[in-house]
Order: sequence, then C-alpha cells, then structure tokens
Amino acid sequence: MVGLEHYLTVAAALFVIGIFGLFLNRKNVIIILMSIELMLLAVNINLVAFSSFLNDLVGQIFTLFVLTVAAAEAAIGLAILVSFFRNRGTIDVEDVNVMKG
Amino acid sequence: MAVIAFYLIAAVVLVSALSVIMARNPVHSVLWLILAFFSSAGLLVLIGAEFLAMLLVVVYVGAVAVLFLFVVMMLDVDFVELKRGTLRYWPFAVLVGIIFAAEIVLASVIGTADMETNFDASPGAETNAEAIGQVMYTQYLLLFQMAGIILLVAMIGAIVLTLRHRPETKRQNIAKQTSRRRSDAYELKDPTPGQGI
Repeated sequence: MVGLEHYLTVAAALFVIGIFGLFLNRKNVIIILMSIELMLLAVNINLVAFSSFLNDLVGQIFTLFVLTVAAAEAAIGLAILVSFFRNRGTIDVEDVNVMKG
Repeated sequence: MAVIAFYLIAAVVLVSALSVIMARNPVHSVLWLILAFFSSAGLLVLIGAEFLAMLLVVVYVGAVAVLFLFVVMMLDVDFVELKRGTLRYWPFAVLVGIIFAAEIVLASVIGTADMETNFDASPGAETNAEAIGQVMYTQYLLLFQMAGIILLVAMIGAIVLTLRHRPETKRQNIAKQTSRRRSDAYELKDPTPGQGI
C-alpha cells in the first residue's frame, strides 16, 4: 500500500537532489535554475500529497500558486540570463561582479 | 498494481532528477528535466490530483522546459569551460545533502508515525478539477487574481529585460505616420509644355 510516507520520501529525495545540483553546478546558471525548478517540484509533490491525504483542497490551491510563481521566476531568470550573456558573453556565475557586490 | 506503478514512477523521477544535475550537456539536462516533470505528473495522478498533473505537464513541459531549451540553444556558451573546476565543491555538497536528508527523514519519522492511507484529492465533488474550481473561484479569488498580476508583471519584466533597440534596423514610427499631412507629401507643379520641371 502506498502511503503518505512514500510520497514524502520521494519529495525529500527530489529536494535534496535539487540542492545537490546547486552545489555541483556552481558555474552554470542554467543548471542552477533547473535545480531550483526541481526543488519547487518537490515542494509541489509534498503539498499535493498532504492535500490528498488529509482531504483538504488548500494544498492543491497552493500548489497552483507555487506553479505560477515558479513559471514567473523561470521567465525572469532566463531573461536576466539572456541580457547578462549579451553584455558579458558568458554565463559564469563568478563573472557576475559588475556591481562589486 | 498502484504500488508497482508508484515505485516505477518514483524511480524514474529520481533517476531523471539526478541526470539533470549530472548531465554534461545542458540540452540533455533539459530533456531529463522534462522526463522528471512528466513522471511526477504520473505520481500526482496516482493520488487522484489529475488537474494538477495536467497543469504540471502544460506549464512545466509546455512552457518552462521549452523556455529553458530555447535559452540553452540560443546562447553560444562554451559549456566545457563552465564545467571545469566544479568538482572542487563536492564534499561540501555531500555534507549539505546529508544534513538536509537527515532533517527531512527525522521530521517524517516523528511526524507521520500513525497515518493511514486513504487518498482523496477531490473531496465533495465529482472530479478533481471541479473540486478545485469550487474553492479557487470563491474562497481564493483574491489569490487567484494576484497570481494573474504576478504573471503579468513577469511577462512585462521579461520583455523589458530582453528587448533591445538596434539603431540600424528600420522601425515604424507611428507618431510620425499619423502626424503626416497632405502638404508634406506632395506639391503641385505647373510645368510649361516642352520644358519639364
């Protein structure tokens, strides 16, 4: 029988893989953005699993909003990436030092 | 049957997620990402959340993954150069991963000790989409509208960030067009015969 724990385990593993990706690909912004998408996906799976398990729709509603924000974030992130690439000719994170922050 | 499907799909999700972060070629990463989203849509179907599963495919595979693919293929990046030296950080990555996994396992062991399995993703309605619609357009109408505004702002922001004016390309100047008068366009001449203008 598939229970809530199974879903939470998969989501937790997915989240950890996402964090892993952040560290493994510290230079490539595209992979970093994809890792963030994976982490948001894990959060969504968690929310839907709890919502379905507790017979409460709020989790699914919030998954919808997380999905919206994730899509907006991906669009803005990639737009910033494109304009950064135009100006510097690279997408290396270590080259992002124009503002000396 | 559902158990076999769950384990199969969960395995595919995790393997493809690992491949996303391990793949050498970013295009392969995006393709693995698409597989991960598809399989997690399958996971959602298994617990009865069909509407969100469909939304996951439409939004992530249809929009976000295609956007990633577009950007990866459009930018002329030397990915071999980017890959160099990334393995320096792997002990730190393993440490952070172990800490996070331990925290989550601890929380789930403590928190979900006595839970039964009766999934129902659409309480009080025939279908999942109907149930979501009944709640979202009444109780969460304001949040729904705010999500629309967020999408609008993101769209405008993406356009503003990437739009670039090149002086050499010819553009339509609408103000110039509409302010044009008949007297600017032509003048009447009265040539005498045999002389021309």
